[in-house]
Amino acid sequence: MPESLEFDAVVVGAGPAGSSAALALARAGRSVVLVERGPFPGSKNVYGGVVYGRVLDDIVPRWWEEVPVERWVVRRSTMMMTGSQSLSIDYRTDAWGAAPYNGMTTKRSLFDAWLAGKATEAGARLVTSTVATGAVRDGSGRVVGVRTDRDGAELRAPVVIACDGVNSFLAKEAGLLPRAEASHHTLGVKEVLDLPPGAINERFAVQDHEGVDIEILGCTRDVPGGGFLYTNATSVSIGVVLSLPALAATGVRPEELVADLKAHPSVAPLLRGSTLREYAAHLIPEGGYDTMPPLAADGLLIAGDAGAMTLAAGIWLEGVNFAIGSGYAAGRAADRALAAHDCSAEGLASYRADLEGQFVLADHKRLRKAPALVLSERVQQRYPGLICDLVEGMFTVTNPTPKAGGLRMTRRAAAQHGVSLRQLAGDTLRGLRIFG
Amino acid sequence: MSAPPAGRRPWDGISFAERMATVDFRVGARAHISVDADVCRSCTTKACVSACPANLFAPTSDGGILFNYEECFECGTCYMVCNSEGALTWTYPDGGHGVVFHHG
Repeated sequence: MPESLEFDAVVVGAGPAGSSAALALARAGRSVVLVERGPFPGSKNVYGGVVYGRVLDDIVPRWWEEVPVERWVVRRSTMMMTGSQSLSIDYRTDAWGAAPYNGMTTKRSLFDAWLAGKATEAGARLVTSTVATGAVRDGSGRVVGVRTDRDGAELRAPVVIACDGVNSFLAKEAGLLPRAEASHHTLGVKEVLDLPPGAINERFAVQDHEGVDIEILGCTRDVPGGGFLYTNATSVSIGVVLSLPALAATGVRPEELVADLKAHPSVAPLLRGSTLREYAAHLIPEGGYDTMPPLAADGLLIAGDAGAMTLAAGIWLEGVNFAIGSGYAAGRAADRALAAHDCSAEGLASYRADLEGQFVLADHKRLRKAPALVLSERVQQRYPGLICDLVEGMFTVTNPTPKAGGLRMTRRAAAQHGVSLRQLAGDTLRGLRIFG
Repeated sequence: MSAPPAGRRPWDGISFAERMATVDFRVGARAHISVDADVCRSCTTKACVSACPANLFAPTSDGGILFNYEECFECGTCYMVCNSEGALTWTYPDGGHGVVFHHG
C-alpha cells in the first residue's frame, strides 16, 4: 500500500501560479503541499520578456526591494520588419526606472524560486523532483488528491490546484483541456547571449540596472508569430514565437528563424561579439479567452498556463503576471471553499467570479479576438512590409519630383502588397474595436 | 521576411550539437517519450521531424521514426503537431530529471 499524506490543499507546479496559490493558502493557515517536478522551482520554465510588477504589490509589499531582478524595463519598443527594413516605435520613461517599477527582466530559475520561497516562509511545504502523475478520485469522481512518482505516494486533500503548466496533464485527464490542440499554441524558442554590461548599456541606450524589451513583427517568414529581444544584466535574450500548425506545415526549423532575426541588419549590430549561454524552448497557450478550459471542477481548480492564462494580444504580451493573479485567486477561493466545507465545482465557483472582476479575465475577455487578428495573414505577411514601404516613401526625398500626399502613398503601398483600401480600413476598424 | 543569404549570418558557425551543449539535461533512466514506428510508417507529414526544437526525431530508412529522449526540452510540440493517433506516448521525465533551465 503506497504512502498517503493528508493536507488541506495540494498545489501542482511551483511556477508563479502554483507558488502564489500555495502562498495564499498558507497565509490563510491552511496546510498546503506544493509539488514541483523539476529539481528546483523555475527549472522547467521559460518566458519572453517582462514580469510586470503591479500584481505583486498586494501579495509581497515592497517586492522590488528583494526580488531577483536582471534589469528594470524603462524602454519598450515595437518593431516591424522585412528582410531589409525596420520601423520601431520606441518608448522610454524615467517613471519605470524607479519604485514601484512597472516591470523587469529576470531569470525564471531565480524568480520562481524566490516566489516559492515566499510560500514556504508562510508555511507551505515544497516537494521538488516529484511528478504528480495523475489525480486521485473518490467514488463519485471528485478529485481528492494526486498520485506521485515517489514510490506511488498519494497526496490527498479536499482541493487540488492544477498549476502544472501549458501541457497540464491534470486538466487533460479531467477532460477540461483538449489532448492536443496545436492551433491554441505557439512554440517559443529563445537564445540567451552573453554580452558585457557596458556593451548592453551603450547599444541599448540605457544605464546600469535599466533594461529594454523589444517585440518584433515580420521576422518569422511564412510562419505566423513574432520575435522578441530583451536585456538581462550581463546577457540579452532573443527569440521567436511560432504558430504550431504553420510551423508543422512549412517544415522550417525553429532555430533557423532565430538565426534570421539575429542576422537582421537592425538586430545584428546589437548582438555583435555575443556568445550563446543557453538555448531554450517552451510552448505558450496563446488562444486566449475562447480557448480557456472550465476553471473549476469537483475538488479541482486550474490556474496559470494550465488555464491558458497567457495574454498574447499583439502590443500586450503578458503571462507571469496572469499566472500570479490567477494562482493567488485560486488559493483564496480554495480557502473559502474549505471554510464552507464545500469543495465541489459550485463551492469553488467564487474563483472565476474573482477573476472576472479583476484584470485576469477582464483583460482576456476584452481582448478575446486579438490573438486571431495578430496571427492573421494580412497582419503577419502583408502589413509589416506595407508599413515599412509607406514610411520609406514618406522619408525618401524625391527631388525634383514633388512629395506625394499621404493617401496616395498609402494607396500605392497597399496595392504593392496586395491589400485593398477596403481591407485596410476594415482591419483598422477591427483593431480599434479590439484594442480601443 | 525571406531568409538572408547564408554567408551573411555570423551565427551559422554554431553547430546544432554546440547549441544543445549549452543546455543542462539531467537524463533519467526511463525514456519519457516513445514512438510507435508502425504508426509512423503510415504518416506522410512527419511534422515532428522539422518542428521539434531539439531535433530529436529522425526518419529511418524504412519510413519509421527514431526518437532520442535524452536532450528533450519537454515542450510538447511533437505530440501537438502529431496527427497520428497513438504514434506518440508522452509523459514527463521522472521527478528531478530532464531539462533544467538556468536562464529561462
